[in-house]
Amino acid sequence: MSDTAITTGRAPSVYVPSAEALATVLAPAERPARPSPLAASLTFGWRALLKIKHVPEQLFDVTAFPIIMVLMFTYLFGGALADSPRAYLQFFLPGIMVTSVVMITMYTGVGLNNDIEKGVFDRIRTLPVWRPAALVGMIFGDVLRYVLAAVVILSVGLVLGFRPDGGLLGVLAGIGLLVVFSFAFSWVWTFFGLVLRSEKSVMGVSMMVLFPLTFLSNVFVEPSTMPGWLQAFVKVNPITHLVGAVRAAMAGSMDGPNTMWLLLWSAGFVVVFGTLTMYRYNRH
Amino acid sequence: MSNRNTGLAVEAEGLVRSFGTTRALDGLDLRVPAGTVYGVLGPNGAGKTTAVRVLATLLRPDGGTARVFGHDVVRDADAVRSRVSLTGQYASLDEDLTGAENLILLARLLGLSRAGARDRADQLLAAFGLAEAAGRQVKKYSGGMRRRIDIAASILNTPDLLFLDEPTTGLDPRSRNQVWAIVRAVVAYGTTVLLTTQYLDEADQLAGRIAVVDHGRVIAEGTPGELKSSVGSGSVHIRLRDPGQRPQAEKVLRAALGVPVQLDTDPVALTARVGEDGTDLEASAQAARALGELAGAGIVVDDFSLGQPSLDEVFLALTDHPAVPADERDDELEAAR
Ligand SMILES: Nc1ncnc2c1ncn2[C@@H]1O[C@H](COP(=O)(O)OP(=O)(O)OP(=O)(O)O)[C@@H](O)[C@H]1O
Ligand SMILES: [Mg+2]
Repeated sequence: MSDTAITTGRAPSVYVPSAEALATVLAPAERPARPSPLAASLTFGWRALLKIKHVPEQLFDVTAFPIIMVLMFTYLFGGALADSPRAYLQFFLPGIMVTSVVMITMYTGVGLNNDIEKGVFDRIRTLPVWRPAALVGMIFGDVLRYVLAAVVILSVGLVLGFRPDGGLLGVLAGIGLLVVFSFAFSWVWTFFGLVLRSEKSVMGVSMMVLFPLTFLSNVFVEPSTMPGWLQAFVKVNPITHLVGAVRAAMAGSMDGPNTMWLLLWSAGFVVVFGTLTMYRYNRH
Repeated sequence: MSNRNTGLAVEAEGLVRSFGTTRALDGLDLRVPAGTVYGVLGPNGAGKTTAVRVLATLLRPDGGTARVFGHDVVRDADAVRSRVSLTGQYASLDEDLTGAENLILLARLLGLSRAGARDRADQLLAAFGLAEAAGRQVKKYSGGMRRRIDIAASILNTPDLLFLDEPTTGLDPRSRNQVWAIVRAVVAYGTTVLLTTQYLDEADQLAGRIAVVDHGRVIAEGTPGELKSSVGSGSVHIRLRDPGQRPQAEKVLRAALGVPVQLDTDPVALTARVGEDGTDLEASAQAARALGELAGAGIVVDDFSLGQPSLDEVFLALTDHPAVPADERDDELEAAR
């Protein structure tokens, strides 16, 4: 070819496929056994970690947003609803932690909606692995973000004067309950992420669900100050159970009924929305 | 793996798949012999990608059946998935991750150990000339490198059937040759390759058999030789110095070659189909005769080339309409109503 003729001295690093080299990589090794569902999910979780490594900006949502939430609400409502921001914080911090983390769960839907448009999902869906693994792994990655957000909020709270009576163990238990619920709740968003057409509509629906859910709860004020019909909603709202359980845990006790309700709700979300999600995923 | 090299890799009958009112597949039949390269040739919107996605279990057909190595693509999707790999028309890797990370990830999902996956990735990166780019994010790869890493990812599991959806569209000639060499090596090794393309010469170069697809249906099928004998194995493109001489040139060519001569929109250009019997030698002989006769008649030729018929010419010969993308043609029909 002409480009060999003009080559002088330095060899250009042009790739020339060699049949022998390709034959070696094609030689069939033992076909390995399929990975277990857990192993496959963890591998997809690793993918989520790699994405955070390469695009660290995506952690902005889980750090800046919660910090702003804590500062804003502590100083906005602190004086009005309690004697001082500091006193209010003892009541309010677990609630704001729940609100922020539950709000962040919506990025699971946005992320999936974004991801599924790209060709990589075609490849993933032709792999002979446990089908939900890609989504479970994705949510594993998100769980890490939830933990990070919770820790950020806790740190800001500690700086502002939050002193949980439950100590380290109580705080860990509270965050644990929150993460369990958020993992389960993420399945709502995987479903919407698959059903809705665009990232924007996923955001829109998420906001429409999340605002009433988080605000019409016991996060900001005790339900006893609300009109009866609102109390009725607040009472069955899973966020109320979650906040009740987390607050109790961080205060060093345990709220049996709320914890039970919260776990029931979590199981319900996984079963119902997990099933719906997989149905859509298989048919996408 | 008894039917790895024998029998049929793909058997599709009457596949139908609609998107809204568009019938992307409209009764598509396909029989791909195992161990060969099979070319699916068609213009934009013909349904090539849809067909590949159905066969790779990514889309369910609305009607018809398809079997891959005997496994039904709907009922037995998992069995199909363990035998096939797909390199999509658009990049099917994670753009944010590096080339090596992508391959390791997929190797792990195929069940390789951590060390095994790393070795396999290194091996493939080396064989595909990507060792230097291993640590770079795929979004920073050039078009040719992307194609290669995509194909590398598809042979991680040494599939029995590899789908390549327009593997060379948008590549420069060198990258195209590299992809062709890879395809040849893959099929020499024994993997069946189903390749879609818009270029007859690509299908001719690589494929043992070709199906021409239009409007979701196969409109012609056969070996490249058979197809060319129905279309003509080549076409001669001529540009004259003087547009005034074109009518005369047309007459001379028609008399010399005995084939219809097409007047292009360019006022100095003509195209004639040659090698009607499908042999390249006859095409060359006719081309030589054409040039000689034109010079003899005192017609100045500025530009002369002999090439394979374009997809447009194939379509003209097979269907009497040119290869207009299906969507545009539908719009035209709409407008005409
Ligand atoms: N997801 C989809 N939603 C709606 N219409 C679709 C979808 N996928 C394909 N189509 C339509 O189906 C028809 C066939 O599309 P397909 O992508 O299979 O063609 P193709 O032969 O691969 O074309 P190209 O050469 O442009 O890749 C087109 O009219 C296209 O607009
Ligand atoms: Mg296509």
